[in-house]
This record gives sequence, C-alpha cells and structure tokens, in this order.
Amino acid sequence: MNADAVPERIAEVWGARTPYRRGDAWPRRADIHLEEGVGESDVDRWVRSACVLCSNGCACDIAVKDGRMVGVRGRETDLVNHGRMGPKGLYGSWQWNGKDRLTRPLIRRDGELVESDWDTAMDLIVRRSQELLDEAGPLSHGFYTSGQLFLEEYYTLGVIGKAGLGTPHMDGNTRLCTATSAAAMKESFGSDGQPGTYADIDHCDALFLFGHNMAETQTVLWSRVLDRLAGPEPPVVVAVDPRRTKVAEAAVESGGLHLAPLPGTNQALMNGLVRELIVNKWIDEDYVAAHTLGFSELEKTVEPYTPAHVGEICGIEPDTLARAAEIFGTSERVLSTVLQGFYQSHQATAAACQVNNLHLLRGMLGKPGGGVLQMNGQPTAQNTRECGADGDLPGFRNWENPDHVRQLAELWNVDELTIPHWSPPTHAMQIWRYAEQGSIRFLWISATNPAVSMPELPRIREILGKEDLFVVVQDGFRTETAEFADVVLPAALWGEKQGTFTNANRTVHLSEKAVEPPGEARADLDVFLDYARRMDFRDRDGDPLIGWQTPEDAFRAWQECSRGRLCDYTGLSYDKLRGGSGIQWPCDGERPDGTERLYADGVFTTSSAACEDFGHDLLTGGTVSATEHKALHPDGRAFLKAAEYTAPPEEPGERYPFVCTTGRTVYHFHTRTKTGRAPKLRRAAPEPWAEVAASDAAELGVTDGDLVLVESARGRVEVPARIGRVRPGVVFLPFHYGYWDTGGEGHPRAANELTMTEWDPVSKQPLFKIGAVRVRKVEG
Amino acid sequence: MHLATYLGLLHTSLNTLADAFREVGRGHGEEPDVEHTCLLLAGRIDRQTDALAPIVERYGEDREEEPERLHAAGLEGTRSGGVGLLRDLQDLYALSSFTDITWTVVGQAAQGLRDRELLDLVEDHEQETSRQLTWLRTRMKQAAPQALIAAR
Ligand code: SF4
Repeated sequence: MNADAVPERIAEVWGARTPYRRGDAWPRRADIHLEEGVGESDVDRWVRSACVLCSNGCACDIAVKDGRMVGVRGRETDLVNHGRMGPKGLYGSWQWNGKDRLTRPLIRRDGELVESDWDTAMDLIVRRSQELLDEAGPLSHGFYTSGQLFLEEYYTLGVIGKAGLGTPHMDGNTRLCTATSAAAMKESFGSDGQPGTYADIDHCDALFLFGHNMAETQTVLWSRVLDRLAGPEPPVVVAVDPRRTKVAEAAVESGGLHLAPLPGTNQALMNGLVRELIVNKWIDEDYVAAHTLGFSELEKTVEPYTPAHVGEICGIEPDTLARAAEIFGTSERVLSTVLQGFYQSHQATAAACQVNNLHLLRGMLGKPGGGVLQMNGQPTAQNTRECGADGDLPGFRNWENPDHVRQLAELWNVDELTIPHWSPPTHAMQIWRYAEQGSIRFLWISATNPAVSMPELPRIREILGKEDLFVVVQDGFRTETAEFADVVLPAALWGEKQGTFTNANRTVHLSEKAVEPPGEARADLDVFLDYARRMDFRDRDGDPLIGWQTPEDAFRAWQECSRGRLCDYTGLSYDKLRGGSGIQWPCDGERPDGTERLYADGVFTTSSAACEDFGHDLLTGGTVSATEHKALHPDGRAFLKAAEYTAPPEEPGERYPFVCTTGRTVYHFHTRTKTGRAPKLRRAAPEPWAEVAASDAAELGVTDGDLVLVESARGRVEVPARIGRVRPGVVFLPFHYGYWDTGGEGHPRAANELTMTEWDPVSKQPLFKIGAVRVRKVEG
Repeated sequence: MHLATYLGLLHTSLNTLADAFREVGRGHGEEPDVEHTCLLLAGRIDRQTDALAPIVERYGEDREEEPERLHAAGLEGTRSGGVGLLRDLQDLYALSSFTDITWTVVGQAAQGLRDRELLDLVEDHEQETSRQLTWLRTRMKQAAPQALIAAR
C-alpha cells in the first residue's frame, strides 16, 4: 500500500473498519507510515520489531534508509495486530530519532550536570556502590526500572541485584501500571500468567471492560472490537468507567451498558455482580465444585451487596447492575478485560479478583471467547514480572518456597542466602520511602521517569534531591528525573538495540537493531554487564557471575531459568522468532508453536509446590503462610477470593469536594519522553486539561477553555477546563505531562502533583484514580 | 459462674486494642499502609465489640472486680523511625495475642454451655484476630531487615 493511501490517523484514530463475523479471522490491514518524501521503494532495509508504546505490542517492521529510521509498517502475518498500527506506533515510535538525545554520560560537578565519559561515569557509580556495600551492605541499594526494557536486560539486572548484590530492593514502574494484574492472577490462579488471549475478541458474544479505556490505551486492540461490532453477530459490550468514554458509547450502542460507579467503589460493584450471579444461579456448579475453593466464604461475603445497596454505594441505578449481571450470567462466551480504572483504584486486587471470580463461577476460562485478560499498561511489563527485575523472583518462583530459591541458587551457582527471600521483595512505594528515610542511599533508575510518573510529585522531587541519595539515571533523553541525577548514562532506545519482549497476550517478539545509537549511547544490557564486570561479581566457584555478553546469550540463560515453569521459553529461539511472527508462551518441546490459552483443563497453578505465591488477605495484605496454604490442599483448584467493600482512604468532603481521577489518553505514552517529541502526536495533544461535568462547570462558573486551578492537600495544577463527560462530582486529569517542554516555569501541570501516596494492600499499586480536590476558575 | 469476668476482660481488651491500633495508625502517618490498615482494623474491632452486646446482656459482665493484672496495658504513645515502627507493631502483636487467647477461653466456656450464638461469634472473631496477627507479622517481617541493618 502506498503511504499516502493511509488515512490521517490523528483524527481517524482506529482507521478504516474491516468488519468480520464471530469466529472468523480478523481481516488483515496493512498500516504504514514513512517520513515525508520517502516512498516504499526508497527504503534500504526493513527490520523486524514490535511497537513498545503500549502493552498491545503490535508487530512491525522498521524502515531504514541511509542508516536512519524513516518509518514503520505493521506486520500483517502477526497474531497481535494483523498489520495494524495505532497513531502512537505510526507517528511516535521512531520520529524522535536523532533529536536532542543524550549522547554522552553526564556527571554532577558543583551542582551542575557536565559531559563526561563512560569510564569516569562508571567509576563513580562503582566507587559509590562499593563504599556503601562496605559501610551498610546491599540493603543500601535500590533499582527502579521500567516497562520499556527488553527481557534480556531485565533478566540480567535481576541476576545482578539478586545474586550479585543481594538486595531485595528492585522494582519497576510496572508497579504503577500492572502490579495488580499480576497480583490478581496470583491470588486466583496461583501464578502470574494471562489465561486468555486477544483472539478471544473474535469469539466472544459479550465483552466486559472493567476500568479499561481500550479505545485510548490500546488503540489497535480496540480496532479489533470495532470490527466485530461492525460485522454480523456483534458482541454485547459492557463498560465500567466513571467517564462516558468511546468505550462506554460503543457499549450502549451495542445494546449493552455503561456502568459509571463513583471512583473508589469498584469492589462494591463487583460484589454486587457476583451476588447476582449466585442468587440467580447463573453459575456452573460442577465447575465450581471441581475446580475452585472458597465458594461458601465468597457467598457469605457478597450476601449484603444487593442491587439497591450497591446502587447506593456506587451511585448507579440498581437495575443497571442487575442487567449487567444478567448479560454476564446468560451469554455463551464472555470475555473480560481489566485495566487501570481497577488497578489504580481503591481495593484494586480485590476488585480484579472478583472479575476472575465471575469467570470461575461460570467456568468461563480457557475456551475461545470465554476468558479474562488482566491487562498491562506498559509493553514489556510482562517481562519484569517474569524475569525478576520487579518485586518477584524470576520464572514466577515463590520467595517463600525453599525449593524455588534453591533452584535459582543452583542455576546461578551462588549461596542460597545471597538471594533475598526473607520477605516479599520490596515494592516501589517502599523503595522510595526507604530512600526518603535515608536507608537506601544508592538508587539506579533505568528507562523511566519517576519525577513525572510517581504519585505526589512534590515528595518525589524532594527525595530525588536529597544530598545523601546517589542517583543514577539511564535513559535516552534528559528527562525531568535526569535533572536530579548524580550520574546520567545515555541509553540506546528501541530500534538501536536487540532483544525480545512479551506483551499482555504472552506473545513474544524479537526486536532487532535497525540503526546505531547516537553518539556514545549504549544498550541497557551493555551498561548492566559493564557494571557487573566492574563490580567483579563472582559465583561460588570464583567465575564471573554473569556468563553472557550478547542479547542472544542472555536470552538462552533466561530460557534455562524459565524451564519447567508456567512461562516456559525453552521452545523458542531468536531464529524461530525470525520465522513466524509472534509466539505465545509457554513454548517448549511439547508445545513448539506456543500456547494460545491457559487453564483450558481447569487445572490451575495452585499446588503448594508450583504456585508463585501462597496468597494474601485481600483486606490487609497479610500473607498466607506455607503451612496454611498446604492445609488447604488447593491441588490445582483456583481460589474464589472474597473481600467486603471498605471506604477509600480519601473521600470528597467540604474542603475538597471533587474526586479527581487521572489517566492516559490516546496521543501520549509514558511521560511523553518519546511521544511528546513526535510532531504529530505533540500537536494533537500539546498540553493537559481538566475535564469537568457540564453541571459542575456551570456551578463553578467555568466555560470551555477557562484556566482552572485544581488543588489537593498535596499539590496543585493550573490547566484549561474541558467540559467533558465525566460524571458529576468527578474531575479527570490526563497524566504524564511533565515539564521538559515548558521552559521551566514552576510545577503547575503534572496530574501527579495532586495524587496520593497510598497503595493497594496486596499489589502495592498506587491509587491514581481517587483523590479529593477542589476546583476554581483562575481569574484574568 | 465466672464467665462474666472473662466477658468483661474481653470487652476491655477489645477497647484497648482498638485504641492501640488507632494510636499506632495515627502515629505512623508517614507509612500510609500502616496508617490505613491500622484504622481499618480498629474499625473492625469496634464492630466486634458491638457484636458482643447481646452476649453481655445474657451473661452480664464483671468489670470492677477483675484483678488488676488481668488488664492488657494499652499504648502510651508511638515511637519514630524504622525501629520505632517495629516496636509499635510488636506491641500491637502482644495486645492482639492477648485478645486472641481471651476469645479462645470464652469459646471454651461457650462449648461447655452449648451456646451456639456465642460459639459462632467466637469463630468469626478468631478469624478477625488471626487477620490482625497475620498482617502484623507480614508487616514486621518486611520492615525488620531494613530497620535493623540499613537504617542509620
Ligand atoms: S496499539 Fe500500542 S503497540 Fe500497537 S501501534 Fe499503537 S501504541 Fe504501538
């Protein structure tokens, strides 16, 4: 297809419709975008990759001309996107190429960041690291990574942290986006690992989106839904969201429903849905008896949540709840997807588990069109979870299971005691707290921008700016966070390095190096390997701890680590990934083509020997002990976890009468480091805004475009108002707008100035979706 | 019958425990999870106290004559820093264990009296106490290494 024939995708976000019927294959559609003046015949090489600008992970080829990236095209044969690309993938993935990149290491001298060289920068890091190890031991070190690195990089960093240094303080910004997804699957099914698959969209006759604005967060996946809706036998869609989003509109048009519960009340709503299923007997009793545990406790817990009671708590019509439950209870194939509206809200894990419960009650798992997608917000988030660069042990191993720890110790040839496993690995929010208190004094941040993405930014800036905290920032650009660093390391970005990554669908893609990184920038993998070499980490025999040098060797090392685990990669290889396009793990000798769905047989990863986690009390996060777990004899049965609804930690009141909810929109991705530098995306959404309901706007005397001050107990932003379609009493702020492109004028625009330092007790994911604020018009 | 003495003791220790959770929660506002969970648990202990009312009506409660040493001593204030947090959580653990065994003793009497209502109540509430203990143990295990090794 000619590049000009592709319609402008800023206005036409989801592109042209290619309708299809239930059970048919989603038609292919080749999307392509090339730099102006470049035609397809001008391209020197097409290089295999996949997009990292959202968790969809669309397969694509990168166009290279004269050693530069000049465009992308979707790969039609891939199982994820069938050739489509969204606006971010088309316009944002490569356009920042070469502009204002970090090309040399920077070090802080007399308060200023000045250019340096790799030896000097790495020396500084290693010296500080060793000093602190001598003085205070490994607990002085923290690592904060991303949902943007490649599998090989996460795994290598995981080994460095866990077997080299021996620090439990490793996490990623995946904690902010996807921790609840993992936690909910561990609680219900015993292990992380997505049960469903994107292809379930082709088969379902009811689609539930719980707090998932798919139209904006995963545009290509939403095209798939739109194509089903435009074809014969469309599914009925139900959307749960406090805003009248495109998803909510489509739901109503499909004959389904839009449920708009007050932010912070999801658990009440979910308890209500579960109760309706139970009292109306829309459940598969044989499945429940054979494959689950905990039914009577669940039944007892949800008992008080009648439609009327739920209606009162959530501020919705009781009938709507009953009707939604009926759709869920009586449709033949139901697919549910869950994202940030649940994950970043109050009682996140409990509410996400209730989605799993709905499916378990109906025996609706592992079959075409009947499944759950506990989504990710970030592309390579799945890999942090698998590889142990976040708060998990690699290969979905259980820190409380001595056999699992021993396996790792043998694999790495280190003493078991080196691997921190005395308590759950430290979560991001706690890492920042330790840094605040001064017990973490070395913080290495790679490929993420916490000075914009963390909650309560005034606090984060204060921590990053502390005298006694040594901060390393490794990134492609001089971000808001880099400004606080002691050492800045220039990193190669997507297209400039090689590696694999896995999307929310368990699909593994290989991303090849298309071009050279600018200046002295290096692949993150090379930086970690260099650190390991300079620190001289050794195994028990005195050999270097890390025995690999290249991405492909790191991948092989990871394969060994994954052997026999749910996320088994042993049947994959770089060559195989170059052959077809997109393979879903587990992929091993028995399943050489990968696995489309998990748990089709109703046997879950819950045996005490195999499970990744023994589980938690959903209300407090207290851990279930190994003894308690064994006593339950789960033996492959899933857990129906229950929790009552409790009031959120902050509710609107006299001083702060609105609930503020924040989120991503279609044209930007993680703190806009890349997307803000892509001209088309930048023009489409140059600055943030505050969306208020028409009735609230009238009361506040605010009209569209007026500058408003939105203020919480923690901070404030000043942004133009948009009269939007949030429910009255709610204000929506798009997040991840920072300050690198504002000319340094104060801190009045990042939504996270206002958000709170509070997190879910189980997943430890911060609460970005609820916070009390006041709003007033800025005069003049 | 001395059940009334133990009901009185239970009542007092529940009140003490709820107060102590509130105190620790408020004293450690810098640890949002501790604050939130302590307040949540305190609220749930209040509910237990309320649920005790019909039982107390049935058997009475004797709060005056119980020997002084049967009291669970409450907290006088909270401490600061990593070790301070640990110590406060440990105090809560001791208080919570005290109510746990008190419930057990009352439960034994309920068995002897064949009082089904009281038995059900004890069963529910033992679960509640074990929730408190589990959370306290989890949180202390998490905090201990950093507080004892790395904190300055
Ligand atoms: S949907 Fe996501 S992965 Fe696909 S092209 Fe758009 S941003 Fe990239």
